[in-house]
Amino acid sequence: MTVATRIWAVHLAVLALLLAGGFLLPAYHQTNVAKVMVLATYAMGYNIAFGYTGLLSLGHALFFGAGLYGAGMLVQHAGVGAGPAALAGIVAGGLAAAVVGLLALRTQGVAFMIVTLMFAQAGYLTILYNTAWTRGDEGIVIAREARVLMGFDLSADLPRYFVGLGLFAAGLVLKLWLVRSPTGRVMVALRENEERSRMLGYDPYARKLAALVISGLYAGAAGAAYGLLFGYVGASLASTQYSILPLLWVLLGGAGTVLGPLVGALLMFYLIDYSSAFTTASLLVVGAALVLLVLFAPKGILGTLRDRWLKWLP
Amino acid sequence: MAAVTLLEARGLTRHFGGLKAVDGVDFDLAEGEIHALIGPNGAGKTTFVSLLCGRVPVQAGTIRFAGADITRLPAHKRVGRGIAYTFQITQIFANLTVFDNVALAVQRRGGPLDADTRAALERVGLADRADQIAGTLSYGHQRVLEIAMGLALKPRLLILDEPTQGLANAEIDTFKALVRQVVPETTVLLIEHNMDVVMDLAERITVLNFGEVLATGTPAAIRANPAVQAAYLGG
Ligand SMILES: Nc1ncnc2c1ncn2[C@@H]1O[C@H](COP(=O)(O)OP(=O)(O)O)[C@@H](O)[C@H]1O
Ligand SMILES: [Mg+2]
Repeated sequence: MTVATRIWAVHLAVLALLLAGGFLLPAYHQTNVAKVMVLATYAMGYNIAFGYTGLLSLGHALFFGAGLYGAGMLVQHAGVGAGPAALAGIVAGGLAAAVVGLLALRTQGVAFMIVTLMFAQAGYLTILYNTAWTRGDEGIVIAREARVLMGFDLSADLPRYFVGLGLFAAGLVLKLWLVRSPTGRVMVALRENEERSRMLGYDPYARKLAALVISGLYAGAAGAAYGLLFGYVGASLASTQYSILPLLWVLLGGAGTVLGPLVGALLMFYLIDYSSAFTTASLLVVGAALVLLVLFAPKGILGTLRDRWLKWLP
Repeated sequence: MAAVTLLEARGLTRHFGGLKAVDGVDFDLAEGEIHALIGPNGAGKTTFVSLLCGRVPVQAGTIRFAGADITRLPAHKRVGRGIAYTFQITQIFANLTVFDNVALAVQRRGGPLDADTRAALERVGLADRADQIAGTLSYGHQRVLEIAMGLALKPRLLILDEPTQGLANAEIDTFKALVRQVVPETTVLLIEHNMDVVMDLAERITVLNFGEVLATGTPAAIRANPAVQAAYLGG
């Protein structure tokens, strides 16, 4: 078996497992995993910027929020169908990333973190105070009748699960193809040594902007899907917390690995879910998990597996 | 037949505060030659070639390359025009494989990626280390990898900044053979402290001192130049 076959086999097997989950999981977990797949799509996008290209953004909530509100408000206020609204959400995510990137990518390192954070904060406040459109803190609850895609009721368990899976699968396949392409190699080169990359003839600014826009498209798609699948479009989903979460999921699962975001998001979700059953301090459990991670597997779960045994894992 | 000028710098200047690192340098490179740039430490050699390849912005003066003005062209576009630079302080992708390091150069100019990358590695004797992580190579091999990346770009002008620094004698011989192979398709501008390498390879030599050109000429003329002897060769 060639390396390429093995790589595709592993990733398609994960998708097959998730597909089986749609038929085998009890309703409660089906809803959870549907949510995890949407959030993991968001994290995959984050990973393209952070894990592969080395752009530590603290402003991705803006791109997620652009997708969420872009789709949500079109459905709510303009009566647009779920399909076109989702497309608009994706475009909104990419556009937000392009605007932020054009300015923020003139900086590097800590300055980049701060500039992206400020942009996202400005976006969050805009959502919070434009109550006429966004209903501010309270958020928009999208009516069940509006959440229909090609005849499927997105508020029902099964269609919701499979739309979530479809989104995740598309994101995964696209990402796997991207990071194994020459473009993906240049992204990693920029992360590893920008000056060397420049002197090999690659334009760091243009390449980083492209990576950030792709990342924003993922975030926008995930945001739009989140609103349409779970029926809620709220400012808390565009807050700083939602910039930090994908970073944590990616770090937990393994930055710069294709499947890491899924592993991280799934683990963190269930860690909080189970721990909140017996303690109100579930964030403490998350904190403890992160400390263990830093101590024993600083490259995340899949990053560590790759270092030790699975050198071929992309 | 008169030599065709590949690169032409006029009045090239770069100061760092009060320090005149490069100060009004006129410089010509003939197509296909091996040209050595020598001078004491701090003479401005690295800064000068950095102006040529675009790593450092020009303050005054002009650079023409292959007939076009490239004075304001960004560094990555100059690579596209055919100017490759290898760093004085080794700059490789330490966490990537040797293969990926060279593949990044190959894919920039286009062509069959796998075959050309293997061929470039073959040429410098790193083929059997293709899958090794570059940072785990010996220092000498890392220098060779850096040169391989420059060559893999198939540049019209290859600028080598002290390439033999820290290499063993056998490695230096391999290096000299490599450079002789690439001319005249590629023009070579070589910054070098090892005078044996300079006298062996160079057809012309330019001596820099305090950011200015002290002399330009054949190795014999440079050796006989009293000013050069006083400033650099130590008689
Ligand atoms: N980025 C910089 N900032 C300030 N001074 C510099 C910078 N780069 C080089 N210099 C100074 O310019 C002079 C020439 O340096 P350099 O071009 O590296 O010389 P060489 O390569 O001939 O040894 C030195 O005095 C050096 O300290
Ligand atoms: Mg130098």
